[in-house]
Amino acid sequence: MAFGFASVLLFFVIGLIFLAITLFLSRLIQYKGKPGVDKYIPYECGEIPEGSAWVRFNIRFYVLALIFIIFDVEILFLLPWAVVFKKLGSFAFIEGLIFIAILAVGLAYVWKRGDLDWVKAGDLEAMKE
Amino acid sequence: MQSIAELLGLLPGYSSIPETYRALIPVVVSCVVIFACMALAVLFAVWLERKVSAHIQDRLGPMYVGGWHGWAQTLADAVKLLLKEDIVPASADKLLFKVAPFVVFLGAFAAFVVIPFGASSFVADLNIGLLYVFAVGSLSVIGIIMAGWASNNKYSLYGGMRAAAQIISYEIPSAIAIMTVVIPVGSLSLVEIVNAQQGGIQNWFIFRYPPLVFLGFIIYFIASLAEVNRTPFDIPEAESELVAGYHTEYSGMRFAFFFLAEYANMFLVASVATALFLGGWTWFVPESVVPQFIPGPVLFFGKVLALVFVQMWLRWSLPRLRVDQLMYLSWKVLLPASLALVLGVGWVTVYW
Repeated sequence: MAFGFASVLLFFVIGLIFLAITLFLSRLIQYKGKPGVDKYIPYECGEIPEGSAWVRFNIRFYVLALIFIIFDVEILFLLPWAVVFKKLGSFAFIEGLIFIAILAVGLAYVWKRGDLDWVKAGDLEAMKE
Repeated sequence: MQSIAELLGLLPGYSSIPETYRALIPVVVSCVVIFACMALAVLFAVWLERKVSAHIQDRLGPMYVGGWHGWAQTLADAVKLLLKEDIVPASADKLLFKVAPFVVFLGAFAAFVVIPFGASSFVADLNIGLLYVFAVGSLSVIGIIMAGWASNNKYSLYGGMRAAAQIISYEIPSAIAIMTVVIPVGSLSLVEIVNAQQGGIQNWFIFRYPPLVFLGFIIYFIASLAEVNRTPFDIPEAESELVAGYHTEYSGMRFAFFFLAEYANMFLVASVATALFLGGWTWFVPESVVPQFIPGPVLFFGKVLALVFVQMWLRWSLPRLRVDQLMYLSWKVLLPASLALVLGVGWVTVYW
């Protein structure tokens, strides 16, 4: 098995070498245009960009990432459960049922709070005012 | 891999190499072979996508380069991209900007290590193969956020954030859907999963416990479409609103890496679906009725190509979803459905 992971590492290294060679080759033969100020401005459909793009963005993404982490950990716990499921039989089934039920309660809570909607009902009313 | 070792054994002077190095050579060779095959497959897929889209829209698509139906069009495009100037915006975070394509590309390609193309043609048979595929597959999210953030472009930032939100949302239903296969097999090794499906089409997991695992396949397929940012889930690259999403600022070879990674990801999710649900390299009918006359890897690639074709077909048939519809589908439809499916498969495995 250790050998298997060694080949994974080798695959990464070969991939890196492949990318590096391609980039190097491209650098050797690519067309190099005249340098200019305009060329290195971020593209915004021809307008001069107003300020930096490193601004605050929608809080939705943060909430979504939090929910994701909870369910991702759930998957990590469920995978070993699924592997030994056949050996343990109905014990595993009942355990899994309880585990998933607890998470289903969590999902129901998030659903009820409206955190799964991209635009919360409360936000919509606030926008109308 | 054994066959590669045997082939190499025929080379003159091979047996004089010290034992420790000799064990490594087949691995390196098979890595290079898979790399080359995937690069070729991606080039082919780009051409195929252009032809499929053209015929769906009643056009002809590329017809001139190379002669027969423009078969060399993607080769010409690759050469063109190789010759293009590599532009890094002055205000970008230069280090992240340059690292991002590497992360996205490696994340897409490294997952192929554990894909079993045939009974003995795979690089490594990890006992946690499926977990590895998911772990490495999510590397591309990091690369996409890096690209979106580092470009210092508002379109890129929006595209990167949307892509991240979408990929992590759909990773959960797809990971839960594969448990419908893991439960009956009792292993995460892809080789063992395929071996459990031998003996004809009725043993493929897509037909196990009808219709439970079939529904699992549907959920996995929908979620995987979203994970690789394909239409109808391509809001990260929505051309009409975000120019090109997270790779707006990229040009030349760095852009090509993103492009290659996108198509490699298509092949990856199709390969995983083939190995899990469609019997991998196994033959359609029992060996005793009609012996398998197509080699395993060819059969595997045929099934993968059929799935890739369905992905393209969907892309050119369906309109793009809105962000809220996207979240609705993932969290309120696919996630509860997949959880119920896992419990259903568990129930059938234990009590039937």
